[in-house]
Amino acid sequence: MAGTTNEILRVEHLKKYFPVPNGMLHAVDDISFTLERGKTLGVVGESGCGKSTMGRAILRLHEPTSGSVVFDGQDVVAMNKAQLKALRRDMQIVFQDPFASLNPRMTVGEAIAAPLLVQKLYERKDKDGIQKRVREIMDMVGLAPRLINTYPHELDGGRRQRIGIARALALKPKFIVCDEPVSALDVSIQAQILNLMQDLQDNLGLTYLFVTHDLSVVKYISDDILVMYLGQMVEKAPADKLFSKPMHPYTQALLSAIPIPDPDKPMNRITMKGEITSPVNPGTGCRFAKRCPYATEACTSQDMVLTEPEADHFVTCLRVQRGEI
Amino acid sequence: MSDILLDIRDLSIIYATDDGVTEALNGACLQLRKGESLGLVGETGAGKTTLARGIMRLIPNPPGKIVSGQVFYDGRDIMELSEKEMCALRGRQISMIFQDPMTSLNPVMTVGEQIREVIITHHPNLSKAESRKQAEEMLEMVGIVASRYDDYPHQFSGGMKQRVVIAIALACNPQLLIADEPTTALDVTIQAQVLEMIHGLKVKNNTAMLLITHDLGVVAQNCDTVAIIYAGEIVEYGTLQQVYKNILHPYTEGLFGSVPRLETNSKRLAAIDGMMPDPTALPKGCKFAERCKYATDRCRAELPDMYELEDGHKVRCFRYEKEAQ
Repeated sequence: MAGTTNEILRVEHLKKYFPVPNGMLHAVDDISFTLERGKTLGVVGESGCGKSTMGRAILRLHEPTSGSVVFDGQDVVAMNKAQLKALRRDMQIVFQDPFASLNPRMTVGEAIAAPLLVQKLYERKDKDGIQKRVREIMDMVGLAPRLINTYPHELDGGRRQRIGIARALALKPKFIVCDEPVSALDVSIQAQILNLMQDLQDNLGLTYLFVTHDLSVVKYISDDILVMYLGQMVEKAPADKLFSKPMHPYTQALLSAIPIPDPDKPMNRITMKGEITSPVNPGTGCRFAKRCPYATEACTSQDMVLTEPEADHFVTCLRVQRGEI
Repeated sequence: MSDILLDIRDLSIIYATDDGVTEALNGACLQLRKGESLGLVGETGAGKTTLARGIMRLIPNPPGKIVSGQVFYDGRDIMELSEKEMCALRGRQISMIFQDPMTSLNPVMTVGEQIREVIITHHPNLSKAESRKQAEEMLEMVGIVASRYDDYPHQFSGGMKQRVVIAIALACNPQLLIADEPTTALDVTIQAQVLEMIHGLKVKNNTAMLLITHDLGVVAQNCDTVAIIYAGEIVEYGTLQQVYKNILHPYTEGLFGSVPRLETNSKRLAAIDGMMPDPTALPKGCKFAERCKYATDRCRAELPDMYELEDGHKVRCFRYEKEAQ
């Protein structure tokens, strides 16, 4: 994986462990990938698999336990506080819950202006300049100018999420971590926000790391998809390829569980035993082995290696490693 | 027609608050045969839950009020029953699964006792040992080992809690199960497990189900008939094939356009512009007219009837007025 000029983010062996009373919680365990400028990497997995933690560790909202994050040629993990603050202009995040992520006592205008002031892009006295920029951003995300003095509680979920996106965009970032930005929204509003995010990407050349549990959404929005299970990356491939030729048994089971909105296409679900197990002290071997229909003893006695059976298609599975599939 | 279990006729429910009168449900007509599954699809605030609670006569009064309509359950008008008769019906004949498994269980009572509570309420003559045995059987039926009878809800995962809720709902073999977004809080693989389980239990006991959801995929895979609800009105109603294969109402069309499809590689979603109207100030004519690309002046002034096409497919839209005659 040689670095190309187009590469904006390189994550290598990223780990984030949390100490818990009965051991170490391996939230993110040895994840490596690269992301090209202007592309979207979708991260999917079930709740508790560490996908949000990974997004946050990349931004250093969680301090990584080990590993490296290189953003635009700069080592993010080695940065001091001042450097990190400067970096925030380029790296932003949109949070999942548009009801919890906005200060209820700030108006829409104040909320969007806040990052501009924090980063000292405008003088506090420069009211006109700030207003002008806030209105520009509001226009960009489809918020009517009349809403500038309203409070979040007066607005519906779709509009609130637009504020969240507006705040992230205010600093003209290059890269945005989108942490389940549409999962709290109704389908018709979700479609509006997804379209907006795509337009913004096209117009501003943004790069997204799009964390979601919704597989239809991830296929729609992503160029590449990374599938996580209990803190580990089990598969990563271009979106079309992942859906047409999933190789990891977990990906296969996950895709087969999506209910298709067509009565003539019955589901062909691969039955998976049990539920996602605990990420505390997971031990050696494949973490999916307990639920995997193909698991053998070898799967739990040795750690899995990430292999690339086809160009750009990465899988962590012993069967693939051995060339059995 | 004795096989009709539930017959809702022209049900209207309002909530009268200080901010005005919310017309939550307007003239809903639905039928459900024994053993059949009806999917009720709509977005937040469309009136899905109000309809479900109306059937159970669980509308809090005040502020809620059933202003008109009848609900026949097995030939008897529920609205005419005394509160005592109603109590005998709830849980025994008609049961409800609520959306959020995290909040619908009592945190200070073991899951086993919560199941047993339903059983002894409806079968007061059972001995403690007998009712406990039945409750244990219910736990086993939903795939939880009976040895966990004495565990508390916080010791279970989300999927298991929802299964406990289902066990409670099905403990007395009801004829009708109302499932209000039973899998919305769950991951896709667990959702598939839970839906498969509900389906299995339904077939076994010939239970009819009203499945409330916003997920068109879940309906396609689990229901026989579908009703689409928008701003308190049923806008389209028919068999699964009719509604999915011959979409009539512009809102239904919009809903389908908003869902990213796995089988196609569309680059843009056909989102519906705008939002659902404010339920305290509903427009006079068609509730969807404001967002509808086919809307005419007549749509804004006059409320369309529910037109029935030759094959029984019903739709509330003037565009089908001629076809229906």
